Amino acid sequence: MTQAEKTTTVLLVGVGGQGTILAGDLLAKTAAVSGYDVKISEIHGMSQRGGSVSTVVRFGRDVASMICDEGCADVIVSFEAIEALRARQFLATDGGRLFVNDEVIEPVSVAIGTGSMPTDIDGALAQLDAVKVPAGRIAREAGSPKSTNVVLMGALSTALPFAADTWREVIAKRVPPRTVDANLTAFDAGRGCVA
Amino acid sequence: MQKLLSGNEAIAQGAWEAGVRVGVGYPGTPSTETLENLSTYDDVYCEWSPNEKVALEVALGSAMGGARSLATMKHVGVNVAADPLLSACNTGVNAGLVILAADDPSMFSSQNEQDSRNYAAFARIPMLEPADSAEAHEFVQRAFEISEDFDTPVMIRESMRIAHTKSLVDCADERADVELRDFTPDASKYVMMPAYARGRRQAVIERTGKLIEFAEETDLNRIEMRDSSVGIIASGAVYQHVREALPQASTFKLGLSWPLPPAKLKQFAEAVDHLYVVEEACDYFAERVHALGIATEQPPVCPLPEAGELTPALIKKSFGVALPQGHPPCDDLPPRPPSLCAGCPHRLVFTVLRDMKAIVSGDIGCYTLGATAPLSAVHSTIDMGASLSVAHGLELADVPARNKRPVVGVIGDSTFAHSGITSLLGTIYNAGAGTLCILDNRTTAMTGCQGNPCNGITLHEQVRGANPLAVRDGKRLDIEALCLALGADEAESVDAQDYAAVKDALKGATAANDKLSVLVFHSPCRLIDRSRDGVAVVGECRACGKCVRIGCPVIGTDEHGHAVIDPVQCIGCGQCIQVCPFGCISKEGE
Repeated sequence: MTQAEKTTTVLLVGVGGQGTILAGDLLAKTAAVSGYDVKISEIHGMSQRGGSVSTVVRFGRDVASMICDEGCADVIVSFEAIEALRARQFLATDGGRLFVNDEVIEPVSVAIGTGSMPTDIDGALAQLDAVKVPAGRIAREAGSPKSTNVVLMGALSTALPFAADTWREVIAKRVPPRTVDANLTAFDAGRGCVA
Repeated sequence: MQKLLSGNEAIAQGAWEAGVRVGVGYPGTPSTETLENLSTYDDVYCEWSPNEKVALEVALGSAMGGARSLATMKHVGVNVAADPLLSACNTGVNAGLVILAADDPSMFSSQNEQDSRNYAAFARIPMLEPADSAEAHEFVQRAFEISEDFDTPVMIRESMRIAHTKSLVDCADERADVELRDFTPDASKYVMMPAYARGRRQAVIERTGKLIEFAEETDLNRIEMRDSSVGIIASGAVYQHVREALPQASTFKLGLSWPLPPAKLKQFAEAVDHLYVVEEACDYFAERVHALGIATEQPPVCPLPEAGELTPALIKKSFGVALPQGHPPCDDLPPRPPSLCAGCPHRLVFTVLRDMKAIVSGDIGCYTLGATAPLSAVHSTIDMGASLSVAHGLELADVPARNKRPVVGVIGDSTFAHSGITSLLGTIYNAGAGTLCILDNRTTAMTGCQGNPCNGITLHEQVRGANPLAVRDGKRLDIEALCLALGADEAESVDAQDYAAVKDALKGATAANDKLSVLVFHSPCRLIDRSRDGVAVVGECRACGKCVRIGCPVIGTDEHGHAVIDPVQCIGCGQCIQVCPFGCISKEGE
């Protein structure tokens, strides 16, 4: 099977309200515009409201299932550090890549004592060769704190076969008109922070 | 034009192209966006009904009247609509009538995982099952044709993975010119009194025979021969998982899952060495294929799970295909379940109900989350409207006196309009006592803030951006007046964000055990009222934990147990300020 025929699986995880759905949409549209078949699967309803969320984007010549099984994510983008660890088993062990926003959002379960914070988040992420992206800071510097998700797509773009200009075209069409410049700056900054 | 559409968006697009004129439904994950998308077309009339029974009756009426009509609902909504469904299957239609049933295997947003294919078989109406958005777009158009060709309602089943997965669709973007049909009165067809209903029962038997002939020939059902040693019967999203897990296997892809095509299935069975049915959360196909005298085998390694959605990995495991070695899961992570939003108007009500040790029968909506820690204040959730009637039943079993705890029913505004009104009426009619809380947050929040009779926003207004907070009083259902008119002893309005008022109202209502008190808690959902009012800050915290136990997602603790409030996420609702017994929390700058 050639690279173009193989289906690539990207898993976006985070906390409800962080913008994973818009990010997934940008990725899926970029894949479609680049000529790939694509599927994007989202969870709505009761599964949101501040809980753990995930979006799966799969692209290739002919995509069948929309589900990401354990060990099958070619790339995981985590919008929050604990959620990156929660998704660990989905990452492919042969070359799977993990991009993680360096932000930690403490779950309510920690405050009320039904859960406790993991002792060494950085160490656990390092074991996975995670690429840490200071996406919140970069977004604020780009003048658009809400574009954290677009910064992460910039970082992700370095691991995928799509032209940067295709991403930019899709972003410019999809985000609110007066935020286009800030989002494009955020995308480029995210792209630039991955060596 | 090629578009990236969810199954729901594709059904709306396909229905519009098919010349649908009327769309009716009740919001329910994963069906909701279908009608919202259809409502964006100016040449289709769409409305939310108070519930699915009403929706299907309206859609049946408009189809009977000659307009192609679509009714949308989630799987459990079909239960509510089952009464008209089981008669509409006998009357048949005039113009096409298509019913979308959106199923939720694994119960991502539902109270059960019933399979709507059983309803199609029960009602003897054709069921189409798309396996991606392109098929959803095509099948809804085919469904209208089948409905008119065979004079029957047609059901389309989407699982959540079809409804909420976007994939590429080639859209004609042209609306078919479908004329309105004349309505011709015909009592023998539309008046389901016994003498006529018996005649229609025979018509259904004849129709079923013709539908089986259709099932044998239609390209909605596809035999796909690959390696003939393994043959698999599947439909919908599961078909896609089978293609992923067992790409070499031959497949019988059922697009029409009722009625089944006996001869075509036998032909496939004979063409393969080993025949399997792969389906999720239900043995609908397996039972029917066996009843046709076709033998299938259990997967060679282990049976597929009986409950929950299937995945390619589960299919691979059952069929002995190697699975990739993943990293081990982290087992020391703090759980992050969904919770009520910061500033949610339901929070103080549940805080007080928990603290007064009430036995609470809850209902369906965001406020089901009142059952989760640290609120843990809800003790039953059954179906839409059950809060009030279950509370009455608990009272009949003498639960309040035997437990020395008050019984309280809790229901949201949209759910009250859906099925709570009749429950309340039943309690009043039978001189029941107790306390019923109606949480009026001015929207149908859990499904994404839809209009409903209590906020007075129609679907048409909702998709065009109407503000539920700006609706004049006369246009909204007056809940208190309705409850009094039904005969409630009292119906008190309470500000849901005022802790002292919430406490006083609940203590007062539950103290009286000889009357029926309705408390209507008002305060808008924070998803429709995004206003912020400063930020709460913690002063000399005594680590009593009271604020933490209201379960606000922005309140954490430091290593000493002192409250810590996230200044970015806090919206300044003041709930924590009110519950702190020592006055340690205040608004920043005050």
